[in-house]
Amino acid sequence: MRETFYDVLRRQGVSRRSFLKFCSLTASALGLGPTVAPQMAHALETKPRTPILWLHGLECTCCSEAFIRSAHPLAKDVILSMISLDYDDTIMAAAGHQAEAIIEEIVRDYKGEYILACEGNPPLNEDGMFCIIGGKPYLEQLKFAAKDCKAIISWGSCASWGCVQAARPNPTQAVPIHKVITDKPIIKVPGCPPIPEVMTAVITYIATFGRLPELDRQGRPKMFYSQRIHDKCYRRPHFDAGQFVETWDDEGARKGYCLYKMGCKGPTTYNACSTVRWNGGLSFPIQSGHGCIGCSEDGFWDNGSFYDRLTNIHQFGIEANADDVGLAAAGVVGAAAAAHAGVSVIKRMSEKGGQE
Amino acid sequence: MATIQTPNGFALDNSGQRVVVDPLTRIEGHMRCEVNVDDDNMIRNAVSTGTMWRGLEVILKGRDPRDAWAFTQRICGVCTGTHALTSVRCVEDALGVEIPDNANSIRNIMQLCLQCHDHLVHFYHLHALDWVNPVTALKADPKATSELQRSVSPKHPKSSPGYFRDIQNRLLKFVESGQLGPFKNGYWTNPAYLLPPEANLMAVTHYLEALDFQTQIMKIRTVYGGKDPHPNWMVGGVPCAINVDGVGAVGAVNMERLNFVSSIIDQTIEFIDNVYIPDILAVGQFYKGWLYGGGLSGKSVLSYGDIPDNANDFSPDNLMLPQGAIIDGNLKEVHPVDLRDPEQIQEFVPHSWYKYPDESKGLHPWDGITEPNYELGPNTKGTKTNIEEIDEGGKYSWIKAPRWRGHAMEVGPLARYIVGYASGREDITEQINLVLKTLDVPVGALFSTLGRTAARALEAQWAGYKMRYFQDKLVANIKAGDSSTANVANWDPQTWPKEVKGVGFTEAPRGALAHWIKIKNTKIDLYQCVVPTTWNGSPRDNQGNIGAFEASLLNTKVERAEEPVEILRTIHSFDPCLACSTHVMSEDGKELARVKVR
Repeated sequence: MRETFYDVLRRQGVSRRSFLKFCSLTASALGLGPTVAPQMAHALETKPRTPILWLHGLECTCCSEAFIRSAHPLAKDVILSMISLDYDDTIMAAAGHQAEAIIEEIVRDYKGEYILACEGNPPLNEDGMFCIIGGKPYLEQLKFAAKDCKAIISWGSCASWGCVQAARPNPTQAVPIHKVITDKPIIKVPGCPPIPEVMTAVITYIATFGRLPELDRQGRPKMFYSQRIHDKCYRRPHFDAGQFVETWDDEGARKGYCLYKMGCKGPTTYNACSTVRWNGGLSFPIQSGHGCIGCSEDGFWDNGSFYDRLTNIHQFGIEANADDVGLAAAGVVGAAAAAHAGVSVIKRMSEKGGQE
Repeated sequence: MATIQTPNGFALDNSGQRVVVDPLTRIEGHMRCEVNVDDDNMIRNAVSTGTMWRGLEVILKGRDPRDAWAFTQRICGVCTGTHALTSVRCVEDALGVEIPDNANSIRNIMQLCLQCHDHLVHFYHLHALDWVNPVTALKADPKATSELQRSVSPKHPKSSPGYFRDIQNRLLKFVESGQLGPFKNGYWTNPAYLLPPEANLMAVTHYLEALDFQTQIMKIRTVYGGKDPHPNWMVGGVPCAINVDGVGAVGAVNMERLNFVSSIIDQTIEFIDNVYIPDILAVGQFYKGWLYGGGLSGKSVLSYGDIPDNANDFSPDNLMLPQGAIIDGNLKEVHPVDLRDPEQIQEFVPHSWYKYPDESKGLHPWDGITEPNYELGPNTKGTKTNIEEIDEGGKYSWIKAPRWRGHAMEVGPLARYIVGYASGREDITEQINLVLKTLDVPVGALFSTLGRTAARALEAQWAGYKMRYFQDKLVANIKAGDSSTANVANWDPQTWPKEVKGVGFTEAPRGALAHWIKIKNTKIDLYQCVVPTTWNGSPRDNQGNIGAFEASLLNTKVERAEEPVEILRTIHSFDPCLACSTHVMSEDGKELARVKVR
């Protein structure tokens, strides 16, 4: 039915004896000792590349664009050697029912083993028909593909939080993946888009270590989302010294002073932009002169203008970690879930899209 | 149904076998396409449906106009930034803000960088598999492939037989794993694929090379905009300050950053010249007998123009990409285009899932209203949430039908190049003539699927050299003592008039793009976008005129009706962007608030 590494070798004329020899040589070369060789043989005999179904709901495809910009590893190597990207309607050769058939096949043949990667989110209004795939609501495709997956990766702020189409008044009632799929482990990789190398790191972590990365209470990988941009910002010394950009292109801007007064959301944004940086570590928004707009935070579109100064941060010293913030947020989520889901939407509608 | 004649000159006949393609893949966003194929396998009727809707303009109402670029940028992450640029221009137009010369150069570099990247990625990663068959590449002789490579592009260094053998082995390993990933269920036995194995191996190799190289191109925008996709922009200029001398120059655009950008520009030009253009010519050589897909391109094309040479001057002569409209195929007359004129650009909805008080009339964007109205025509097969066949006699798309003086228009690289050619632009004419001469085809060959694909490549090449021009201009201006990047005179909303309106435009990779805004009491009162794929993917209008996608598919012969290779090939040649096209415009979001919690 499906070929493993061992099957491929056999078809290429490699005997089982040679295959086992390869395993023991490799095991000893890695310093793993003779007992590991049978385990390795077993894994290679039975373990194909993990299939990924990459679905697209309401979104802008910036997550896919970010993914292909990864400098290390290159997207080419991820796709050819690390995973099996069996469905991704942005790059796949097949279309129409030949494309749809792939989802059915993977769900059937790889029950409990494939990863579902979600870019974008489902709208609930108009019976889901604000996003139609194969003549049906995207939500149906999502639920079908989620049914037997091993885990879900929620790419970007759309899948993680709702993002721009869910900003007030959320006319399509777009909701994040975890609102409609509640019985699967979900890794949220927020950001609009996420950092390219963070996306490939999450994928390769799973492929390499055979487990999901450790997550914080909001479901984000701790290794990339446990610190605020501000905590590791290279302009932080200017904040501490009270040296700020006062207006665009002033002396402070040219000297690389802190952008806090220009509305920078770095102090309240959990992401790796100031450490991993972007596009091969080249720069990040603050380094290129604009404040952080907080694009990896839940509801960042509705937290006032990107140029409004934050008023709710501790100026010095008092620290909170992502888990503390997560605890507070979890409380809020619980309360909201208890209420009729529509209430909050109607409440937001009544605010008429204002954001003061 | 008997054959009907559309006012814009196409015959439609929906009597044959109906073929449905949904999802139509390798595009941005979601779309569906249905065609009728007659007994001779010719397409006689075509219906394109935008199948998503997000409502961003409703969301913009009441917000700070200075924030609009960030929202509209999220309309599309593929043509990332082009909506943001359109948005800041639109707000600046409303508020009368002039930007510094350096900001103009940097914005142009960012926009041109996008043209290079987007066109390259489109050709190799969204479009190539319509022409290239990766499975037969396994049968290629690496030595013959090497000879082919050296003959079509003598300067490209990656051309040894060993190099192609390594790629072929990697491909073989991949295929033999049985896990075909993105190539699974492709149409690899379809006779529509015409390239010999060696050309396929060369093209697949460049698919991989381009996938690696494109990570470099957008680094230019990471320097100036901080990240990519979705770099940062700003009303009044650009956020990156310039400091080539003083203390703290590390926090701004300095000599190292300028050098970095310069080196990527050189590499980009080289890659396009040595890989992209030769590949287009090679593909063209094998497919030049396949000249289907012209559609509206030989009739009506539209370009707003872009890339202002001098800052703040949007008159046609100052725009390096041409502005103008051509109608009824008359290349001798290029009509002027005015985005403020209520008679020129109007949007219609009789076949779109929206409601107007009077649907026999179109509305100019400044007067636009939209109320979603999802209803299917009486002859639809299936149900409201399980559509088997669309009824194009009724409403059938989330895309509206924009028209220029009543005409359905094609936009995009081919439209720009036709307008440029008709206006006598020397740079564009020279590029076109070189391709026509190399392929030994007449000028009429331009009006085709292949012409669209070739024009995109030529424009990528053009954009690379223009990036070089603006980077040199930027450095020269800094040398002359001007480091200014922002005009903050109108930054404070308290300086704004009580009520103003504006319009901003660009030429996005996919075609003419404009945003219209009304600002009232410092907040957005109305925001509207008419985007390239709204033009190209438009459904029928009140007169029954068909749009560019639908027109392009007519009278195309398909090899196998059940395998949509030809449909994909032609629709992909437009580089559709559905997230862009299927926005919504509304004066008030109230009617949108019907919430059904499942």
